[in-house]
Amino acid sequence: MSGSAPTSSAAGLLGRLRGADLPLLVAGGCILVILCAGATVNGAFLSPHYLIQQAQVASFLGIVATGAMLVILLGHIDLSVPWTLTAGAMLGTGLAGTAAGGAVAIPVALAVGALVGLVNGIGVAILRIPSMIFTLGVNAVLQGLMVLYTGGSAPPSTAAPLVRWLAGGHLVPGLPNAILVWAAVGLLCSLMLRRTIAGRTLYAVGNRERAAYLNGMPVRRAVCGVFVLAGMCSTGAGVLLTGYSGKAFQGMGDSYLLPAIAAVVLGGTSIMGGQGRYAGTVVGTILIVLLQSMLAVLQMPDAGRQIIYGLVIFCMLLLYGRQRAAR
Amino acid sequence: MSAHPASGIGLAVRHKLLPILAFVIFALMFGLYLLLQPHGIQTSVLVTASNKGALLALVAMAQTLPVLTGGIDLSVGAIVVLANCLASNLVNGTPAQIGLGVLAVLGTGVLAGAVNAMAVVVGRLQPIVATLATSTMFYGVSLLLRPSPGGEVDDDFASALTGDVWGVPVSLLLLIAVLGLLWWPFSRSVTGRGLFAVGSSDASAFMSGVPVGRARASAYLGAGLLAGMAGLLLTLIAESAQASAVQAGDFTLNSIAAVVIGGTSLFGGSGGLVGSVFGAFILRTIGDLLFVSAASPLWQPLFQGLILLGAVSLGALPLLRVRNRLELFR
Repeated sequence: MSGSAPTSSAAGLLGRLRGADLPLLVAGGCILVILCAGATVNGAFLSPHYLIQQAQVASFLGIVATGAMLVILLGHIDLSVPWTLTAGAMLGTGLAGTAAGGAVAIPVALAVGALVGLVNGIGVAILRIPSMIFTLGVNAVLQGLMVLYTGGSAPPSTAAPLVRWLAGGHLVPGLPNAILVWAAVGLLCSLMLRRTIAGRTLYAVGNRERAAYLNGMPVRRAVCGVFVLAGMCSTGAGVLLTGYSGKAFQGMGDSYLLPAIAAVVLGGTSIMGGQGRYAGTVVGTILIVLLQSMLAVLQMPDAGRQIIYGLVIFCMLLLYGRQRAAR
Repeated sequence: MSAHPASGIGLAVRHKLLPILAFVIFALMFGLYLLLQPHGIQTSVLVTASNKGALLALVAMAQTLPVLTGGIDLSVGAIVVLANCLASNLVNGTPAQIGLGVLAVLGTGVLAGAVNAMAVVVGRLQPIVATLATSTMFYGVSLLLRPSPGGEVDDDFASALTGDVWGVPVSLLLLIAVLGLLWWPFSRSVTGRGLFAVGSSDASAFMSGVPVGRARASAYLGAGLLAGMAGLLLTLIAESAQASAVQAGDFTLNSIAAVVIGGTSLFGGSGGLVGSVFGAFILRTIGDLLFVSAASPLWQPLFQGLILLGAVSLGALPLLRVRNRLELFR
């Protein structure tokens, strides 16, 4: 993408825009349009209070999208997000009554997420089952385990104080801690992608697995590692969500799978893998959350909301999600 | 496929090994189910099993077509729900009205498929994300058509199509008709062959003069039509409709699982609709078997998940034949 000499500045600019910045610009522009449209309908749409609240809501999706992005960068997909997230949430509330104010819930949930991710990674990297179907199976198994764990109903207990503080407390006055957690996760992920060998390996595997293998890269370890991280993101977001909403329930993860994938793709990450920036995922997440929120503020009936939501994603894909023609 | 030339029955068996295997597994499981369930072997038992099986089989067949081209259609479930909601409004009244209603439902399925086809062929979008976006839109339209659960279907028409003729379930005959009258001729046409060619190698297919765009478009159109049929059948079975996103998601996910169990490669290029039909019947029978088994209801989802995971893990068996580790990586 970045040519050594500026050959033709116009073509170079266009190339750069197509490469990485076009998705960011378009998605950013869309965010501005949504904010302006929202403000004309309801003045409160631009108030700091509302925007911070939206950022807090976005932080849960943002953490899930972080894991989804890593997996998509590899050219795989993780469909086990819904019940991995729910498992994290149910363990989070289930362990809330234990010692140390339920603080143990967080490491346990993360460990379970890592375990789920490891199973996914083994299936995809070593058994070579297509990720779409293997993670689907893992999702079904997790659902079964959680039905067994909770007895088929929502767990009665609520989130531990520490978890509540992590999601809704204010370390910095006026800024919910969930946003700080998202920022920390994002910073780590961004650093890993840009500055570490692991990050470079990830892009290489996503671009061409075979070439990466011939170059001596630990391809299977990379795939396993990424699924482990994605699992931890999902359960982590699940625990955090219980701190926000106070409880865990069946199917709470269902509304996170597709928006997370949409956020990643709208942020310019190629669904084929190997291409994308973390900043894009952040912008994509904010876009999705604001879009959902604005459609709710407009008091649009659910049918219209779904149609517009799908249409916006569809049109944005047409703007920059197109592949080259096969010739 | 085969390294050395073979002919006759041997080749035919090797070529159709996975569908045959799927059929054998299904036959064993269904036999076990018939033994375990308490009503004995009655027509009603067969009809119920066939109706539920045919429903999932139609959705699985719909999914198979895009998968054969190396794509996927995550909107099949939403199209089923859309057709379901439309049928609950239209399939009623005089025979002429019912006929028009059926045509409208199937036409809507094709139209939804056409939207996907345009997105993938003309828009050149990745099928997985494009159909994700369209499925949201289809679900929105279903909500418009049926804001609250309910609806009415003509009783005679419903019982005719979900009943039996001389002990043979009508839904099973319907399924055979779709395979014999639609899939068999199509899979032998240039466009139908193109499905497999595109799935094996897009570029080679293009270089060989295969109508790449037409083949790919026909896959999504066909998926829309079959999903529309499934929606119609669902309406006739349930005699009502509900715009449910959960149901749409379940249909889509089960269809992918049925496709894989039926022996179609998710990478495209190999497999077929017959295998998917057996894959769907296997999935349904697993559910039925768990239902009649003594297992506590709380354990059933876990068993179902484990069996699903185990079944798809069988796809790892070809790894045992790999000599060069490089073949593992794409």
